[in-house]
Amino acid sequence: MADAETKSIDKASIEMIEKAASDGGDKSALIQILLTIQSENHWLSKDALMWVSEKLSIPLTQIYHISTFYKAFSLVPKGRHSVSVCLGTACHVRGAPRLLDKVTDALKVKPGGTTRDMRFTLNTVNCLGCCALGPVMVVDGQYYSKPSTKEIEQIATACK
Amino acid sequence: MPKLNSATDLEKFRQRILTHRDPNKVSVAICSGTGCHAYGSEKVAEAFVDEIERNGLRGKVDIRRTGCHGFCERGTIVVIFPEEICYLRVKPEDVPEIISTTLVEKKLVDRLLYEDGNGQKIVHEGEIPFYKHQNRIVFGNNRLIDPKSLDDYIALGGYSALAKALFRMTPEQVLEEVKEANLRGRGGGGFPAGIKWETTRNAPGEIKYVIVNADEGDPGAYMDRSLLEGNPHSVLEGLLIGAYAIGSHQGFVYVRQEYPLAVENLDIALGQAREYGLLDKNILGSGFDFDVMVHRGAGAFVSGESSALMTAIEGRVGEPRPKYIRSAVSGIWERPSNLNNVETWATVPLIINKGVDWFRGIGTEGSKGTKIFSLVGKVNNTGLVEVPMGMTLREVIFDIGGGIPKGKKFKAVQTGGPSGGCVPESFLDLPIDFDELAKAGSMMGSGGMIVMDEDTCMVDLARYFLNFLAEESCGKCVPGREGIYQMLKILNRICEGKGKEGDIELLEEISEVVRDASLCALGGTAPNPVLSTIRYFRDEYEAHIKEKRCPAGVCKALISYYINPEKCQACLICLRDCPVNAITGGKNLVHAIDQDKCIKCGTCLEVCPTRFDAVVKLSGVAVPEPVAEGTEVVRKRGGKK
Repeated sequence: MADAETKSIDKASIEMIEKAASDGGDKSALIQILLTIQSENHWLSKDALMWVSEKLSIPLTQIYHISTFYKAFSLVPKGRHSVSVCLGTACHVRGAPRLLDKVTDALKVKPGGTTRDMRFTLNTVNCLGCCALGPVMVVDGQYYSKPSTKEIEQIATACK
Repeated sequence: MPKLNSATDLEKFRQRILTHRDPNKVSVAICSGTGCHAYGSEKVAEAFVDEIERNGLRGKVDIRRTGCHGFCERGTIVVIFPEEICYLRVKPEDVPEIISTTLVEKKLVDRLLYEDGNGQKIVHEGEIPFYKHQNRIVFGNNRLIDPKSLDDYIALGGYSALAKALFRMTPEQVLEEVKEANLRGRGGGGFPAGIKWETTRNAPGEIKYVIVNADEGDPGAYMDRSLLEGNPHSVLEGLLIGAYAIGSHQGFVYVRQEYPLAVENLDIALGQAREYGLLDKNILGSGFDFDVMVHRGAGAFVSGESSALMTAIEGRVGEPRPKYIRSAVSGIWERPSNLNNVETWATVPLIINKGVDWFRGIGTEGSKGTKIFSLVGKVNNTGLVEVPMGMTLREVIFDIGGGIPKGKKFKAVQTGGPSGGCVPESFLDLPIDFDELAKAGSMMGSGGMIVMDEDTCMVDLARYFLNFLAEESCGKCVPGREGIYQMLKILNRICEGKGKEGDIELLEEISEVVRDASLCALGGTAPNPVLSTIRYFRDEYEAHIKEKRCPAGVCKALISYYINPEKCQACLICLRDCPVNAITGGKNLVHAIDQDKCIKCGTCLEVCPTRFDAVVKLSGVAVPEPVAEGTEVVRKRGGKK
């Protein structure tokens, strides 16, 4: 594959794939490779998946099977800022659905979606393990406990 | 660091560490688990580093970023040794005062101490009621260890169990110990670990695998995460002992990718273990080889199921398979594979070191040892608690948990995650025990314990769990895929006020099929939340269906917000805060909610000043007609009722 076709994949992932391919095409590392591509590039582009398919000799359908089964993967580009609202049982019992409504209204995007200007991607997650802070919203790794509507708006404005 | 090549090397190394550590030296432990991290513990730690430097105390005071201490409601937790002074809810701005008052002047900062119900301050961590009633044999070391330091673990006796197993016991003897101790799996199934080990050991084939299941998918459960983050070596030591007993030379740790700190600390621990000669070839010079590979999950609850997890490790989609042949006989790449939960592995070194009799002395007849629970939800002292099996639910929720916040009434406690059930007030004196919980219609599960009060709707809760399971179902089998979905549809209808006569019976009928015919335990236990809530809270279901009423006031379609015109004082707060401008009225004019515009967000109830208390939630009754526009408020004399 020419260099031009790998431009949507980061260097770290390319190295990981080349290593797996040279290690006798270890197919069991597929999920780990996809996780790295996802975290470095914030999505799995078609180019990236085709390249993995070629290098590791895994059929593209199998790679799509995995990419669509696991929640960690996204086949569309994600926004610059990641917003997650926890819907775990403890947070649910403490009013998480209402928090989600507030966040959805403030960011003007539905859970799972990305805003048109690519600023935010909103996700729901099923437990962050900090139940004492519930209900919890996480923006780019920063945790916010029981944020009010005003606080949510302030946080959103601060994200460019 | 030269490798440790014998049990004697390990002991000598341990003694060397201890002689260099003064037990009377002041050290500050700052809880840095993910929970406290969310509270800003890193800034607190940095503040300590800076202030210690500034006060010229460098070298005189040790700072240790430890794993989770468990009292998550009161993070960031700071404990000062050797006195074990425990400060709670510490912020970076508190640090200068802690240094000058406690470290220098040897006095206490009262406002940061725990205060009990009688206003009495408690100084020492162990005396705080939350901790006093626990038995933290597995979790307790978290507060003493920097998870990134293998020396800390060794200083506490770490890897002595491994040395004992490798040099003074045969694999068969280790296996017998674990069998006799009756260690039951802590991941939810409660299957006797020793028997699983034996099956794997006896299965045909030279190559065998041991696996740590750190997928912890139950929402509300985070014990495994805190154990792996805070004391990774305890898990690794258990895994090594198990591998020795079973005859395995390759281990896997499957960690969910949502736990980045656990992955990071695990990688560091593995690297250190290899460096010290505790992993890889010729461990401690015993001739035993063993290494571990870390495999990150990618966000699928069902992949935490034993057979699904093994399929995921092979790099394929993590779907369960029928278990005609147990994975202990044919697992990863069809080789015998023994899978156990994080907590189960971490308990093994304790059994080897302290013996079967000690372990069997804790717990009940059928459930030995302790169990770590995540006590969360509507409870005052949210956190991770470790209690002996046999302690009652009442003791955990009220003595340790401090009861229900805001004086609300206890309604139910949910155990076992989406596979478990709700246990009502009448069962509060149930002893925590695998079999007792199952008899009551729930299960031990991985350890999530979610407390609910009078404001929780049990029908909505069943719907919540079924929604979760429907999303997480892999889709392979019809009962799982279609059955769960149909049950969800019925529950959605009921919560939307469209419930019909016969819905409850239909739910019970579908439950039977889903329970008996699903391919794996996700489907097999999916009916539990529904059946247990029907069993104990049937009246709530009937209220939803027959009266279109939600007794707890939760289901949006069944509630209405109403401003009592006799109490409203026209303060304009709710009018301004309503996100959809559904409130009419003005200065001195009674406020009223336009029910057609109202989106039931609850903001008006939240913001109405408590002294007016004018907003109510109605359910199952018609909303009174609004008063005529322009009605003036009835002023209360002196502003008080």
